[in-house]
Amino acid sequence: MATTETQVVGEIGNEYRYGFHDPEDYFFKSGRGLTREVVAAISEHKNEPQWMRDFRLKSLDYFEARPMPTWGGDLSGIDFDNIYYYIKPTENQAKSWEDLPPDIKQTWDRLGIPEAERKFLAGVGAQYESEVVYHKLQADLEEKGVLFLDMDSGLREHEELVRQYFGTIIPQNDNKFAALNSAVWSGGSFIYVPPGVSIEMPLQAYFRINAENMGQFERTLIIVDEGAYVHYVEGCTAPIYTTDSLHSAVVEIIVKPGARCRYTTIQNWSNNVYNLVTKRAVAYENATMEWVDGNLGSKQTMKYPAIWLMGEGAHGEVLSIAFAGDGQHQDAGGKAVHVAPNTSSVITSKSISKNGGRSSYRGLLEVAKGATGARSKVVCDALILDEDSRTDTYPYIRIDENDVDIGHEATVSKIGEEQLFYLMSRGLSEAEAAAMIVSGFVEPITKELPLEYAVEMNRLIQLQMEGSVG
Amino acid sequence: MALLEIRNLHVSTEDGTEIVRGIDLSVDTNEIHAIMGPNGSGKSTLAYALMGHPAYQITEGDILLDGESVLELEADERARRGLFLAFQYPHAVPGVTVASFLRSAINAVRKARAGGEDDPIKIPEFRKQLDAAMKQLKVPREMAGRYLNDGFSGGEKKRVEILQMALLNPRLAILDETDSGLDIDALRIVAGGVRELVGPDMGALVITHYQRILNYIKPDFVHVFVDGRIVREGGPELAEQLEAEGYETFTPEPIGGEA
Repeated sequence: MATTETQVVGEIGNEYRYGFHDPEDYFFKSGRGLTREVVAAISEHKNEPQWMRDFRLKSLDYFEARPMPTWGGDLSGIDFDNIYYYIKPTENQAKSWEDLPPDIKQTWDRLGIPEAERKFLAGVGAQYESEVVYHKLQADLEEKGVLFLDMDSGLREHEELVRQYFGTIIPQNDNKFAALNSAVWSGGSFIYVPPGVSIEMPLQAYFRINAENMGQFERTLIIVDEGAYVHYVEGCTAPIYTTDSLHSAVVEIIVKPGARCRYTTIQNWSNNVYNLVTKRAVAYENATMEWVDGNLGSKQTMKYPAIWLMGEGAHGEVLSIAFAGDGQHQDAGGKAVHVAPNTSSVITSKSISKNGGRSSYRGLLEVAKGATGARSKVVCDALILDEDSRTDTYPYIRIDENDVDIGHEATVSKIGEEQLFYLMSRGLSEAEAAAMIVSGFVEPITKELPLEYAVEMNRLIQLQMEGSVG
Repeated sequence: MALLEIRNLHVSTEDGTEIVRGIDLSVDTNEIHAIMGPNGSGKSTLAYALMGHPAYQITEGDILLDGESVLELEADERARRGLFLAFQYPHAVPGVTVASFLRSAINAVRKARAGGEDDPIKIPEFRKQLDAAMKQLKVPREMAGRYLNDGFSGGEKKRVEILQMALLNPRLAILDETDSGLDIDALRIVAGGVRELVGPDMGALVITHYQRILNYIKPDFVHVFVDGRIVREGGPELAEQLEAEGYETFTPEPIGGEA
């Protein structure tokens, strides 16, 4: 999908396109900072069962006990005492578009959600502030027994199912930020697809941070039962604020035997957001898990979608794009852990660095003893647009089995003058030509995106490329 | 006023070496001019300089398109004014399909011609034009979905260059060694394509080492280019003479001991 670059030239400027925000009109807002009282109040406010309240408080202990990570990116700018951990914008969830409060609708109008919904959505769970306020599930999904709710409703309405899986893929003490999310999580999606059910249209959710200094801690749990298929898509935009903002999500996915799950994210946080996300899936016998992960924007991203290949014949793929501009560090990649025999994985990473931005590929490939016949291929390609920018590769590999087939390729390239001249000789401006080369570079990933996201991705690239060359 | 007027043009590389040493040439619509010269005579440098390649400096002289100098214009602006260069070695752009690239290029040119307003070609119209041009140039349909020049054979690249020319409707097309890498059948098709496009709205400058392509393109004028200069001009018969006698006959006396 490299067809749209020239269409958007002239209609977009250099300012951040989604850098608007609507008046804050909140129903409930916790105080700044993180204490036991705040965590208990969140649980209280949500009327949660005791076990979840205990889970949150225990997680807070883990969060406080763990030191800040010293690897990856620079997290020293995060001030945990200056963050709102919970804000609930409206009392109840709206069932349809008409029921939504006008200012929320206005925000979404600007994001183009109604149009997107008309065209593509099979069901919408959009997160405004900390909680999902709007949900619509198409009748055919309900008929098939598919559950697609926000996580809070999921806990209320399907407590036993949630309790069975919640925190089992990413334990609450997995890392400092998973512990934080476990303590203060709010919103996110809960999806269950029954055995043999295949959902052709992607399930989508839009996320948005809209309060200054507000952390967003959504929690997503997806269970794809035997032989089922689902594609879940989330896209994020955020308005610009002057103080630092934190996004720390946890996504857990269970892909049962013979099932397939694809999880697509395009994140375009404003340049002050710390984006620290833990994503992990387990794939059982002959199951397939695919992460498609696009990281634009944010100040510091640390995100490595992981797949544990637990059953024989399981397959995992991670497609990752990172775009780092001025003042940004994208530390992204993927992890594949081969536990069972004859499992396969492919990690493809494409990064672009410009105007002093830094992108790092950080990946883990692990093959456990007994995972005979495991095959894995890691490809990371970096494109650097100027001398001030930087790219690094940190591929960690641990192999405890001899009978394996492992490949790793890495390339670093620049946009060539001759390539630019060739495109310019056809009438494309230098910025358009560079954007076209970049779009082509990430095409192996954009072609995997749903159409509207591919278009958006190319628009964002065009936007990022404005004024960055020449 | 000719469509393209080259006046006393001197071109140097970045290290100051003069490659084109003062040429004068006019090309009008409805005309095909051939520039014939041996390897290393500076033919491709001339082509790049006309198109505005940043690595070549114009040290003296001027290039006028419709009477206006284009020296200050970047390659994209020259293209939007109607200059086109069919490259000797077209560059690959992985991940960008031929169709998508062509549509972007057409829209860039259309925008310029609409005074800077977006005027994108409608998709069905684009499809129609693309299909017609591909059929005429015998470019297989599947090429439209392949990544531009990525893994193309020499012949495929050249045909896609001419396909681009056909769709971009330039006013003056420069063809740099388009015949190299083409077999006779392909050559005939490509030459037919050029012949067809040249008319009241377009002129062409065909740069070549061999007479072969000229048998099919049938130039109106032939300029023999040796060591950065035009050393002889004439009609199509000059090409035949060259083919028979070789370039040695036309090599000028060395000036001041230069190699």
